[in-house]
Amino acid sequence: MARLQRRFVFVALLCAACSVRGAGPWQDLADDGLHDPAGPGIGVLQQPGEALSVLPQDGAGNHVHWVKALRDGFITPRHALADEPPPAIDTTEIIMRDTSTLPFVRFPHRAHTEWLDCTICHDRLFERKVGTTPINMGAILQGKYCGVCHGAVAFPLTECNRCHSVRDVPVAKAAAPP
Amino acid sequence: MIRRCILLLAICAPAATPVRAEYGDVVINGYSEKAGVRPVIFPHWFHRIRFQCRVCHQELGIQMRAGSNEIDMAKISDGRFCGACHNGEVAWSAENCDLCHSARAGLKTGVRGGHKTLGPGEY
Ligand code: HEC
Ligand code: HEC
Ligand code: HEC
Ligand code: HEC
Ligand code: HEC
Ligand code: HEC
Repeated sequence: MARLQRRFVFVALLCAACSVRGAGPWQDLADDGLHDPAGPGIGVLQQPGEALSVLPQDGAGNHVHWVKALRDGFITPRHALADEPPPAIDTTEIIMRDTSTLPFVRFPHRAHTEWLDCTICHDRLFERKVGTTPINMGAILQGKYCGVCHGAVAFPLTECNRCHSVRDVPVAKAAAPP
Repeated sequence: MIRRCILLLAICAPAATPVRAEYGDVVINGYSEKAGVRPVIFPHWFHRIRFQCRVCHQELGIQMRAGSNEIDMAKISDGRFCGACHNGEVAWSAENCDLCHSARAGLKTGVRGGHKTLGPGEY
């Protein structure tokens, strides 16, 4: 019985060990396929899981809900290196309706201007007038328009309904889901 | 008992996550490997906890396309790109070669990420 118990404890420990390694969705740097496990920096660099697991969670990308992390004060990233007044936050929202059978897209200026300057988007990526930029999903998937950031650094394009979030039925009353 | 162990192991097995880089990591290898040092990894997740995008992509003028900034050590020593911060004041200095030059050999310049997207246009 004692032997069995010991074996049980061993298995339990083994499990604990593998669930700590796999704790959350973050990969250890040494086996992320990018870092050289033999490099001298590997023991010094911070593990993503250590920093990201304490922030509001999300289902994809860094598995961090960056909008919440910023707004709820979990992080306070600097807005400038120089001594500058805080940047202007724009709160206009734009609804984009050319979405075929999917819900409309809601583009919130607020979530973007909390991180980005106007000139990063205007007028290099988008015109400053609603409906004038020929945005479409094909181009986004190729890394244009919204796809410059979403799919690279901001939450990935697999999260359809974070953009396609306005549920008013966009097309004719074809069997609309409730 | 053994059966219970196997069951336990089976439950634990999926905890091992597949090999993948953290979302938004940028590999920069325009010159490094040719010059005999490891390629560079720039982690967005680490920096965006400390700086808004506008600091690097507006104030410091870093273009949003991996590799397009043609960063090299001379520019970094001049206080541009990484050198605007990795100067011993805002962050540790450029003498810590191995913290930036930390990638495996053979990796190509580009943004990496998990969750099915490998970066713009790559699925
Ligand atoms: C980063 C935001 C974003 C995400 C994520 C996103 N879309 Fe879109 N999508 C858009 C925008 C913007 C448009 C263009 C709307 C317009 O011009 O009125 C669009 C348009 C579309 C269209 C209309 C046809 C076309 O080619 O433009 C379809 C269909 C579509 N998206 C499907 C999807 C699906 C499926 C997903 C998830 C796999 C997805 N989208 C994820 C922003 C997004
Ligand atoms: C992340 C990118 C992004 C940022 C940053 C951004 N915008 Fe926009 N802006 C857009 C998009 C997308 C549209 C819609 C363009 C379209 O429909 O063709 C838009 C539209 C506009 C419009 C037109 C609205 C209307 O009713 O016609 C104005 C004005 C505008 N932006 C001002 C600003 C200002 C001021 C800032 C900075 C405080 C800013 N934007 C930052 C993406 C951005
Ligand atoms: C220049 C970079 C950039 C571009 C271009 C961009 N975004 Fe974003 N977007 C961000 C960042 C950064 C966030 C913060 C969240 C994150 O990083 O995941 C964000 C967040 C969002 C959110 C989440 C808002 C919330 O409250 O949760 C939506 C929706 C969104 N973007 C839609 C769009 C759409 C639609 C477009 C194209 C019309 C677009 N974005 C273009 C960088 C960008
Ligand atoms: C803050 C990050 C950082 C640090 C620290 C750093 N480098 Fe670099 N280094 C870079 C980047 C980014 C590039 C451009 C990479 C590329 O395109 O291949 C680069 C390029 C290089 C190159 C090739 C191009 C050139 O300028 O010759 C060499 C060689 C190099 N670094 C050596 C070093 C050495 C030696 C050290 C330590 C004394 C060092 N680096 C420290 C970021 C860094
Ligand atoms: C500390 C500086 C820094 C911060 C902060 C930062 N970036 Fe970057 N970003 C970089 C560097 C460096 C590159 C790579 C440039 C190169 O390789 O020439 C890059 C590349 C990119 C790219 C290009 C990826 C590709 O497709 O090739 C995008 C998109 C991007 N950043 C978006 C963002 C967004 C969105 C934020 C804010 C959430 C952000 N960055 C914050 C430094 C930064
Ligand atoms: C806007 C300022 C800024 C810029 C630009 C910047 N960094 Fe950093 N970086 C920091 C700060 C601050 C730290 C944290 C320093 C500390 O912990 O003392 C850091 C830390 C790092 C780390 C260590 C992360 C860890 O796990 O501890 C790496 C790697 C790194 N930077 C690479 C780069 C590279 C490569 C570039 C240029 C492509 C760059 N950084 C540009 C501010 C910057």
